[in-house]
Amino acid sequence: MASSGLDSSGLGVRRAVGFVAPALLLIGVFLVFPALWTLYIGITNYQLTGAAAANPQVVGLDNVVEAARDPLFTNSLWLTALFVLGSAVIGQNVLGFGLAWLLRTVRPGLRRTVEGLVLLSWILPSTVVAYLWFAVLSRDTGTLGMLLGSPQTAWLVQYPMTSLIIFNVWRGTAFSMLLYTSALAAVPPSQLETARLMGASGWQTVRDVVFPHIRGHVLTNTLLISLWTANDFTPFLLTAGGPNHQSEVLPVLIYRQALEGGRLGYASAMSMLLLVGNLVIALVYLRLLRRRA
Amino acid sequence: MAGITVEGLSTVYPGGVRAVDELDLEIADGELFALLGPSGCGKTTLLRTIAGLEAASDGAVAIGDRDVTRLQPGDRRVAMVFQDYALFPHMTVSENIAYPLRVRGAAKSVQQETAARTAAGLSLGELLDRRPGQLSGGQQQRAALARAVAASAEVLLLDEPLSNLDARLRLEARTFLKKLQRELALTTVFVTHDQAEALALADRIAVMDAGRIRQLGTPREVFQRPADTFVANFIGSTPMNLVPRGAEIVGVRPEYLSPAAEGLFTGEVSIVENLGVTSLVTLDCGDEQIGYIVPEDDEPAVGTTVTVDAPPARVLRYDKETGLLVR
Repeated sequence: MASSGLDSSGLGVRRAVGFVAPALLLIGVFLVFPALWTLYIGITNYQLTGAAAANPQVVGLDNVVEAARDPLFTNSLWLTALFVLGSAVIGQNVLGFGLAWLLRTVRPGLRRTVEGLVLLSWILPSTVVAYLWFAVLSRDTGTLGMLLGSPQTAWLVQYPMTSLIIFNVWRGTAFSMLLYTSALAAVPPSQLETARLMGASGWQTVRDVVFPHIRGHVLTNTLLISLWTANDFTPFLLTAGGPNHQSEVLPVLIYRQALEGGRLGYASAMSMLLLVGNLVIALVYLRLLRRRA
Repeated sequence: MAGITVEGLSTVYPGGVRAVDELDLEIADGELFALLGPSGCGKTTLLRTIAGLEAASDGAVAIGDRDVTRLQPGDRRVAMVFQDYALFPHMTVSENIAYPLRVRGAAKSVQQETAARTAAGLSLGELLDRRPGQLSGGQQQRAALARAVAASAEVLLLDEPLSNLDARLRLEARTFLKKLQRELALTTVFVTHDQAEALALADRIAVMDAGRIRQLGTPREVFQRPADTFVANFIGSTPMNLVPRGAEIVGVRPEYLSPAAEGLFTGEVSIVENLGVTSLVTLDCGDEQIGYIVPEDDEPAVGTTVTVDAPPARVLRYDKETGLLVR
């Protein structure tokens, strides 16, 4: 039966739609609707409680304009950039590559042990990991304070951003390490050995032989870890943005504005700004990726 | 310029495999030397140990009068061309050739000048701005050779230099390689599993098996008087006839056998294989199969009985127990 209602597999449009419908429904309810809803309430003065909760008014781009003038938002933007640059672009990238590069030549047993330990920090749930770090960095009974013999340092209070950056490097390096390990396996050994025979230093070998081979991997990895870090909410579990907004990265600020301040409309507008920021980062990386000679 | 001296060299891999086993070898200055053997015989490991890419477990390697056993590869003044040429794909031919100079921090102008001069010597002058991916196999090989030459090393090591080329190109490259080596007069060691390649190229050949040298000699010596049955079997485009006779094994190359009124072997012609200018004829002599070579248009009919003989000087006798050449 070759009616127009049949596709090439003979399933029929009706049954095909039937199969896809549950997935589409879930995506619609949990992804598309919230995204559009966020977009909508971002242009209103919607509140969690009060008159504006019952009867929100459309205020256009007022929220965006307010964010641009809000010192809390600009502070948060700067902290997010610092967090992404310090912990992802530099921290996880460099440490992940370094580990992958060094682990190439060690005994398989040692390599698997190190990889396993690094991976462990990555697969543990955020809440568990945050609790562990809290125990390490806490002022009175923290492990770090005990080890250093100076139990009076409240690391998360005195050095909140540094603590967060080191925490996130520890937490996320596994991904970069794994990605670079497989990328390095694709570099022909004969090219590395040729460089070695010519007396190239470690740095010269990485720059001239290894990097050109793994350039695509570097960009992809940097893109992924940048986006994950920019959207990471785990800092809230460690410092809750404090003290005095000193570690209030954008996801934390948005959460606090929405649920502690009750300003859902304003928080939604800031979410959209974070999304736009992510898009810009992604576009820059893609442009760089396409320019590979 | 320098020769290579290898003394009591062993290279043992983790896991206990003795890839090179207490090996002694002396390679003269300016010599073109072949390491020949089946895969797994240790020839590549020996080459890599000379280069310093594998650590010697025991013994010593010297280049000229320098003991290089504990030196890093980069400090040995050794250049190596790998089987896959290992050209850097993101650099032009010119940048590839100049890379050894760039590593040492030579001035840009010196790099370019050396690259141009070396490339011209290897007829790559037109291709300086190309990437390796835009070159043919033969051109890639010459670019890799040019890079090795530009490194101005004392010793050139080649790992299976011709195996990545197709058959026709291989002959051309072989001639080119020998000519280049003569011009540079650079001590050169190459690894091959192809006996014809070793015979054609080398001044001397070391035939290796299980990490040791079975025979060391000129191509003529190795071809005419293989030191044992292993070498006899391995060398020659058609395998040597090895026939047990009492306590000995008689060895005769198919090329040296010709029909005669009476002689060493008599049998019925079972197969005739065309080799181009010649044909390989197989005789059924009871339990033995004897091969001999006849010129074209001279093939006997299958089923006829033929007697073949060889000049006495070409008939070799090996000890049945040890496999070593008796006479």
